[in-house]
Amino acid sequence: MSVVTNTTTIGAIELPSRRNTELMLLGFAVVIPIFAYANVGLAMHGKLPPGMLVYGLGLAVLAGVAHLVVRRFAKYADPLLLPLGILLNGLGLVLIWRLDQSERLQNLAKRAYGGFSESTPNQMLYTALGIVLFSAVLLVLKDHRTLQRFTYISMAGALVLLILPVIPGLGADVFGAKIWIRVAGFSIQPGEFAKIVIAVFFSGYLMVKRDALALASRRFMGLYLPRGRDLGPILVIWAVSLLILVFENDLGTSLLFFGMFVIMLYVATERTSWIVIGLLMSTVGAVVVGTTASHVKVRVNAWLDPFSCYTTSGACEQVGQSIMSFGSGGVLGAGWGQGNSDLIGFAANSDFIFSTVGEELGLTGVMAFLLLYGLIIERGARTALAARDPFGKLFAIGLSGAFAIQIFVVAGGVMGLIPLTGMTMPFLASGGSSVLANWALIGILIRISDTARRPAPAPAPSPDSEMTQVVRPS
Amino acid sequence: MSELTLTVMRLGFLAVLWLFVIVAVQVIRSDLFGTRVTQRGSRRGSGGAPAQQGGGGRQAAPPQQRQRRGAPTKLVVSEGTLTGTTVALQGQTITLGRAHDSTIVLDDDYASSRHARIYPDRDGQWIVEDLGSTNGTYLDRTRLTTPTPIPPGAPIRIGKTVIELRK
Repeated sequence: MSVVTNTTTIGAIELPSRRNTELMLLGFAVVIPIFAYANVGLAMHGKLPPGMLVYGLGLAVLAGVAHLVVRRFAKYADPLLLPLGILLNGLGLVLIWRLDQSERLQNLAKRAYGGFSESTPNQMLYTALGIVLFSAVLLVLKDHRTLQRFTYISMAGALVLLILPVIPGLGADVFGAKIWIRVAGFSIQPGEFAKIVIAVFFSGYLMVKRDALALASRRFMGLYLPRGRDLGPILVIWAVSLLILVFENDLGTSLLFFGMFVIMLYVATERTSWIVIGLLMSTVGAVVVGTTASHVKVRVNAWLDPFSCYTTSGACEQVGQSIMSFGSGGVLGAGWGQGNSDLIGFAANSDFIFSTVGEELGLTGVMAFLLLYGLIIERGARTALAARDPFGKLFAIGLSGAFAIQIFVVAGGVMGLIPLTGMTMPFLASGGSSVLANWALIGILIRISDTARRPAPAPAPSPDSEMTQVVRPS
Repeated sequence: MSELTLTVMRLGFLAVLWLFVIVAVQVIRSDLFGTRVTQRGSRRGSGGAPAQQGGGGRQAAPPQQRQRRGAPTKLVVSEGTLTGTTVALQGQTITLGRAHDSTIVLDDDYASSRHARIYPDRDGQWIVEDLGSTNGTYLDRTRLTTPTPIPPGAPIRIGKTVIELRK
């Protein structure tokens, strides 16, 4: 005879949570920026920088807090995302500090604004706020699926965020691009946050509509062409992104939103035709706007031949200096603090920060940085693969896709591959909105990966099996 | 600061940076080599295929030394829309149902969202338990009322889907 065992004794195999791996990598990720910081000080002033202890401790404390929050609230999360974010953010702080030491930039600021203030303390503050936001995301967002309820609210929210910079009195026109708003002395870039909010809408919307978009189609020349009426959503997003381009003069944001939608559409429907349609539409849009809008035309000219208008146009000079930075960096770079990337002048520590990497760390360093970004994107895509619910899948791939497009747009812009756009390199560039938004993004990815990797909870024991002990003749 | 020190630091930094990248890639190496891909054959017709896979499945036996000899190593769907799907049995609980987070997601109007589960007891014997489904889980011809050990080769029927445990 056999007695049926009590179901409560059954447990899933304990998966390794990999929190200790994360801690080891975090230690490594804190040491590298400190090394870089010491290197800058030795190269530029011949002595170790005075703030080294404070800076190193600050970064270590931030990393420690973030790690403890993950250990407590997202035990099974991916072990790589947090260390990669900390490393990039730490190196970004060193890059900004290094550019703060440049006399050229100090003089430029004195001439233009009548005074120079260091960006590093602010950036350190924003990093701390970023970690706070990251922790808050993990604390408040217990399950990413709750965001699904806010599908249409987030669409409205994202549109408001995108429109804010155009509103007169609130928006600030900085060198042609209207992507900032000024509130109580702070400039905020709402587009950075809109990127996360709109990902919620796209995932919620596509999760419901994907069958209609995937199945109803005709086959034509090896492609599944969607029906005319299913083209509606992509046309609307295309129009909105073109409007952003025309009214805010911002190619980057516009490319980001459209690209993100096309990526998510492809992932949701598995139809290559969406990618073809998306590429065609963005090419048409870019060509039309590029030949008509004057601000965009300046950027395109600076991209096509920066040295022909080098002396006449500021945009050309910046792109030209940036390209020369990459060139003079060579394979191994000039070394921390020994380059001349400060010649770029304005925006050297924000939009053009990657040129400093190119000059001082060379091709070897640029490749390493791109790989670090690539690893974050890979972890995001991996999270999407592992996620068990369709909303989480789409959300994770949308966020990592947006991250990837942003890096392509910025790195391609400063290297002269595509026309330059006013976007920030995630975690590196000086600017509060970018740091805050990207830490929130990493927080959400960690939450989804925790849900995806968490072993399934054992079902509650059914009351029957507890009450009746079935004895059967053997 | 001497030129030599700075050169050493410059190259040293690049080396450390790349070391981090390499360590990070090592951490995720398990993604590439540690996963098991379950194959989903074409509908029906390939009745022989699962049996052949059974031969191949035994190669995966060494890591499962905890299991008893002769214990089933995989779960095979033999009828229904998921025909040909196999899931390796490695001591984990397998849930079946229409819910998205089930191990085997059944696309079947007759299945409940959390229909049944299959798990090993302390001796490694696999047990099937109905989780209060509407249309019931059948082992051979009998509707399950309690968690029941699965005899080798016995079909478990859920709606239009039939699964078996195989070696």
